[in-house]
Amino acid sequence: MSTNEKAISSSNSVKSFFAKIVRNQLFIPIAALLLLIIFNFAADIILHADTSFFKIVLEPSSTGNMVLSGNLITIIDNASELALLAIGMTLVTSASGGQDISVGATIAIAGSTILRIVKGYSPDISGAKFAAVIIGAFLLSVIVSALFGAFNGALVAYFKIQPMVATLILFTAGRSIAAWINNNDNISINDTRFGYFGNFIPGIPVPTPVFITIICIIVIALVLKFTNLRLYSQAVGINASSSRLNGINPKTIKLLSFIILGICVAVCGLIKVSRTSSITYAVIANNIEMDAILAVALGGNNLGGGKFNMTASVLGAYVIQFLTTTLFRMKVSSSAISAYKAIVVILLIIMSSPFIRKWLADRKNRRLAAKAGSNVRKEVA
Amino acid sequence: MIEGAVLEMRGICKYFPGVRALEKVDFTLREGEIHALMGENGAGKSTLIKVLTGVYPMDGGEVMLSDHFVHIRSPQDAQNVGIATVYQEITLCPNLTVAENMYIGRTKGVLTDWRMMNSSAGRLLEELGIPVSPKEQLGNCSIAVQQMVAIARAVDMDCKVLILDEPTSSLDEQEVQKLFNLMRDLKKKGVGIIFVTHFLEQVYEVCDRITVLRDGKLVGEYVIEDLPRVQLVSKMLGKDFDDMADIKTEGDADRIDLSELPVYQANNLTGTTGIKPFDFEIHAGEVNGFTGLLGSGRSESVRAIFGADRVVGGTVKMHGKTVKIRKPLDAMKHGISYLPEDRKLDGIVGDLSVRDNIILALQVMKGFFRPFSRAQAERFADYYIKLLNIKTASQDTPIKSLSGGNQQKVILARWLLADPVYLILDEPTRGIDVGTKVEIQKLVLKLAAEGKSVTFISSEIDEMIRTCSRLIVMRDGKVVGELKGDDLNQNKIMATIAGGES
Repeated sequence: MSTNEKAISSSNSVKSFFAKIVRNQLFIPIAALLLLIIFNFAADIILHADTSFFKIVLEPSSTGNMVLSGNLITIIDNASELALLAIGMTLVTSASGGQDISVGATIAIAGSTILRIVKGYSPDISGAKFAAVIIGAFLLSVIVSALFGAFNGALVAYFKIQPMVATLILFTAGRSIAAWINNNDNISINDTRFGYFGNFIPGIPVPTPVFITIICIIVIALVLKFTNLRLYSQAVGINASSSRLNGINPKTIKLLSFIILGICVAVCGLIKVSRTSSITYAVIANNIEMDAILAVALGGNNLGGGKFNMTASVLGAYVIQFLTTTLFRMKVSSSAISAYKAIVVILLIIMSSPFIRKWLADRKNRRLAAKAGSNVRKEVA
Repeated sequence: MIEGAVLEMRGICKYFPGVRALEKVDFTLREGEIHALMGENGAGKSTLIKVLTGVYPMDGGEVMLSDHFVHIRSPQDAQNVGIATVYQEITLCPNLTVAENMYIGRTKGVLTDWRMMNSSAGRLLEELGIPVSPKEQLGNCSIAVQQMVAIARAVDMDCKVLILDEPTSSLDEQEVQKLFNLMRDLKKKGVGIIFVTHFLEQVYEVCDRITVLRDGKLVGEYVIEDLPRVQLVSKMLGKDFDDMADIKTEGDADRIDLSELPVYQANNLTGTTGIKPFDFEIHAGEVNGFTGLLGSGRSESVRAIFGADRVVGGTVKMHGKTVKIRKPLDAMKHGISYLPEDRKLDGIVGDLSVRDNIILALQVMKGFFRPFSRAQAERFADYYIKLLNIKTASQDTPIKSLSGGNQQKVILARWLLADPVYLILDEPTRGIDVGTKVEIQKLVLKLAAEGKSVTFISSEIDEMIRTCSRLIVMRDGKVVGELKGDDLNQNKIMATIAGGES
């Protein structure tokens, strides 16, 4: 009996290390990142016989700053919005068991709000004054986005409408509202300082969105550490009825998750309009909601709600951006890029699906069980 | 093959990593018998059923069905060879009609002859004495009828072996009798029935034979007359059963000081769930119970006390001071804990770890902005896993992968950790094994001895008599009697429930 148990447990421990890695939620996004890196390395060596894809150089930008440039910088920079949305989308998914498809349209609203405020000020106001204007505009857009988030959240939490259906309303109406905020004018801000948030601050070689994203990631990490947001939203997502009987108000938690997503949207809005110092209502952040949902799924999170891994979601966002950039370098035309992306994404999603994970785990278990069984038989013999 | 056997399983082995769930288990089912499969939680009952129905592949052994070796690879396979299963949870579609449910997935071709389907379903239902129209929507039927429809579906598929996995745990007495009549009818028709249940009385009422499993091994197969109840229990537990008689409420009445203000006192408490306004009070160190048939309002009453459902009227005093309890958190903050009747739906948070499930209530009381440190949470979980002897691989194991009894202990741990002055336990012993039942009853008495007030609800009147010093009897949403002292006996309780208000 005891020797047999030892045999089982030792064969367990040998394989459990590998099994643990594979079963870890971070495995899929990290493996996907590694695959993309290896692929690009190989492509570099075969096609160009060098490793130019990964080269990062310090060179003067169009505005004359010395800035870092290279594909990796582009990826990290451009993934910022997606990473921010992934944070909020993960919480919404966990608590409500559904997704918000209106984030692209709400980004347009947030961006339009910021421009509405900023456009009224001439470019020659002092730095301090300009900063105050930007901060005011941003705070207003945070309030506006949070209110729209609360609107979505109220539909979901109090009227029990499925999240996708509830957010379909703003998905449809959001861009019109954004245009209406500025009377459908094409606004562009001439003050170069407005571009700092989406591009570079003079003297700093790293794109500003990277810093903004890092700050937001730190904030959410602190929130998850020092509050019960994780426990509450997971509990609500898994079993709302028993959460309620344990004193949690599921409605409040769902509402809160949508409001947090709204705040993430406001930050994205600032970055987006700052990148170009202008807005095109119908195009800004187009289809970004799908990428944000993909990031959550790529992170191995159950889109039906419940347990979540924030790190995996954020990594998922970078994987998607990396993939997009890789496809561009492979000279895939921008019109065809979605199709290619879809192929890769479907593979990744299938790999991280519960079905395949279970299949892999079962295979492992069967092998272990067979071994345990043969040990038992040996012992009996 | 044994004479008359319809199903024979020989040397069944099933291993999970590190665990031998079944070790050379034999099981024989004869034609036209009702065969109880008994064992504590984790004895291997469900694993054996799952191997038989093709949910798990087996790692050794053979299955013979009426003289043929069969390989069952999937539940579909099992159905095709004539093994039908009716689970505790209804697995039919509530939004379809009874007839549709009976024939779903079994009609040939694209077209369906609805008239024919309804009439043949009607015939079968009548034949089996199931009181329901084939056109009724299934969701509108009582759980018992739904269960019977599931059985009718199985019977109509010409099953030779019918597995009933805990079919009675959500039925009341009359419904159980209806189900038993149906089982006896089927038995006469030659169907072999495997009956899995935790209710000993039911086993002795309806079964012919008992197979007992313990720790994944076969203990033995017995004809029911040869195995008295006490022996069955000792076989299941694998030790001489330290008799239920150990549990006594002697001296209970003396300990309660009725001159002190009651811990909890409600006047005219009014809910919205169909119960009449009621008065209730409980003193420190007292164990009381609510009894009545299913649907009599006993659960609704305690839910109203906890604020689980909307409370619209009445006054509540705790230790003499008027308090407002409108939602669960209010009750929790005043030191009331509530273990809900439906463990799966209202109790566990399935995917969360055992640790998170244990700390949940106390954590919520402590507040959103003040999470327990990991180390603190681990200490809490460790303490209660040891105290209540919870069998779990680790603190991080999701609660849903524990057995029913251990899940219940985790929920119990959650509410003990909240350190209540008044603990409400609604059916804490439902669907769990005998050993754990006794443990829970003992725990209740120990808590009362420590001066806590407990409300204990159980459908097994024995349990209530053993643990409670005062019983509140309900019928049709109304309190119809209060029994204590010498009145606490089976006959008196039955009479009060039935309506002999003398």
